[in-house]
Amino acid sequence: MTATDEPLLRLSGIERRYPVRSGALQRTVGEVRAVDGVDLEVFEGEAVGLVGESGSGKSTLGRVLLRLEEPDEGTIVFDGDDITHTPMRDLRRRRSQMQLIFQDPFSSLDPRTSVAESITEGLRAQGVGRKDRQKRLDEVLELVGLEKYHGRRFPHEFSGGQRQRVGIARALAVNPRLLVLDEPVSALDVSIQSQILNLLKDLQQELNLTLLFIAHDLSVVEHVCERIAVMYLGKIVEVASRDDLFDRPTHPYTEALLSAIPIPDPTRRRERILLQGDPPSPIAPPSGCLFHTRCPIAEEGRCEITEPELKPVADDSAHLAACLLRT
Amino acid sequence: MTDQPATPPTKDDPDEEPLLEIRGLRTYFFTRDGIVQAVDGVDLEVRRGEVLGLVGESGCGKSVTSMSVLRLISEPGRIVEGEVLFKGENLGEKSASEMREIRGDQISMIFQQPNASLNPVYSAGVQISEVFEIHEGLKRKLGVERAVEALRRVGISDPEQRAGAYPHELSGGMAQRVMIAMALASGPELLIADEPTTALDVTIQAQILELMSELQSELGMAIVLITHDLGVVAETADRVAVMYAGQIVEQATTIDLFAEPKHPYTVGLLGSIPVAGARRERLDVIPGQVPNLIEPDSGCRFASRCQARVDNELEICWTKLPDLIEVEPGHTVRCWLHQEVPE
Repeated sequence: MTATDEPLLRLSGIERRYPVRSGALQRTVGEVRAVDGVDLEVFEGEAVGLVGESGSGKSTLGRVLLRLEEPDEGTIVFDGDDITHTPMRDLRRRRSQMQLIFQDPFSSLDPRTSVAESITEGLRAQGVGRKDRQKRLDEVLELVGLEKYHGRRFPHEFSGGQRQRVGIARALAVNPRLLVLDEPVSALDVSIQSQILNLLKDLQQELNLTLLFIAHDLSVVEHVCERIAVMYLGKIVEVASRDDLFDRPTHPYTEALLSAIPIPDPTRRRERILLQGDPPSPIAPPSGCLFHTRCPIAEEGRCEITEPELKPVADDSAHLAACLLRT
Repeated sequence: MTDQPATPPTKDDPDEEPLLEIRGLRTYFFTRDGIVQAVDGVDLEVRRGEVLGLVGESGCGKSVTSMSVLRLISEPGRIVEGEVLFKGENLGEKSASEMREIRGDQISMIFQQPNASLNPVYSAGVQISEVFEIHEGLKRKLGVERAVEALRRVGISDPEQRAGAYPHELSGGMAQRVMIAMALASGPELLIADEPTTALDVTIQAQILELMSELQSELGMAIVLITHDLGVVAETADRVAVMYAGQIVEQATTIDLFAEPKHPYTVGLLGSIPVAGARRERLDVIPGQVPNLIEPDSGCRFASRCQARVDNELEICWTKLPDLIEVEPGHTVRCWLHQEVPE
């Protein structure tokens, strides 16, 4: 990856707003800015993590970039093509190159369809013949660590971890270039979670896949992704390589997030940065820096007035943070 | 939390009668598919003022254990064996109304979904007030005043205002604070907290855990913290009991358990969690899945997934269930690797 490379995915100024309705007549009384001006580039073969707490807009961003939801502002460029307004019919070819994996694959699998049929559904839609479909089915089952006979089974016969393997196999069947994973392991038990995380890491390296890994859990993302973006109230507040983010977190929110993760080592007691209160409502976001209401270092007369931009940290163009006091 | 004795007192210690003692508890569910042995022979002690972490993955029986203590198991479930002693008294012999009194007064419980456990049609203040009304015979007005105090104590800002709020107007973190205020209103000696922070964001989880440990050291009640999160346990518990497939497989002080895990399941579990800031190329994996609890095999419940069994060529694991025995002071393990294999 060099600076001159064209990214596989480029998001610029993405905004997604929802109307807020209230009262008996369901009148629109305001709007929620679920995603509020996000720029992000993802390069081929890269695994990027998108981290944030509930309401940060990370899942909405994932759905918008796949055009499962339309952005209100901004552009989506995939592999050099602006697909922001591509009609759905023409988008289909692109869709097979961008696949989404959900938290609970069970809800997206048809209970009456065998796993083999579910996995090869996309291939059939592409007009791939029966023999080739069977061949690809065997390939992807092996890739995700399932046996051939698993194909003849039905979703309810699988455990949570196996279902997630089926979900991954289905996404891989159509040879995607970009895999968007929305909380792929958060419904799984820890001992199963590690199996899936290892699998994702192996697949990414073996197949040179590009991953956008959306999760609330920084330690999970850290295991798979080499670059991480942190979202707060619809905006990216920091983006950096994994090492920089963990060793030199710059945004006070990133710092607090890192220090809030409980560490399974009772001998390591840390100074915890305890944030006050809840995240503000995205219906009425604070002025200036969105984080100033909970920020332990906010300066009065500055942070509630000026909105910070994502800027390089200490002239490092790969490490960006949106903080008035630290960039 | 750290001033617990290094060697925990045992039953022989006359000075320290455990607050809660569970002996040979078996809770089964009689379903159409068969008898699910959800809790199958649990022995556990909780001492006054300690935080005991009860850890395990989904379906291991940790919640059923706590519901059994409170006698809240309903059809098709039933406690089929064992006894629960609270301050030396057998809870199994209590009448339904005596049990209700104990639940409201001496043992409190908080759950994962605070919003689901609060009554949607009453304000937070009124719901907490009811505890005072029932337990101290206070009138509503005084009860609400005490409720405001209780809300202040759990770190809710502007408690006079918040007392009038209804559950749907509270965020997840706020609702959990209200639940805690309500649970502590009766001054319980034991608080059972079942995944109290699992549904919360990590920055809010940090607030709630901090609050719980503050209140614990201030009020001195014992806490049974049920969780799947080893990180949460490491930071809050004095002792840990690890459950697997309806049984306790290991029990030790938190320091010992994390420093020297002995049961292969505990070892596997600790190796499989990604630790923030401590990157490894690969995470350890426990192969296979949790066994079916309908007519489980007679051997060790973990045998089919156990690499240590393979490495040590132990055949007995398939046929005979090991006992939970003390291998070091205060450290008990249910594993043939750590006890003598009978001829």
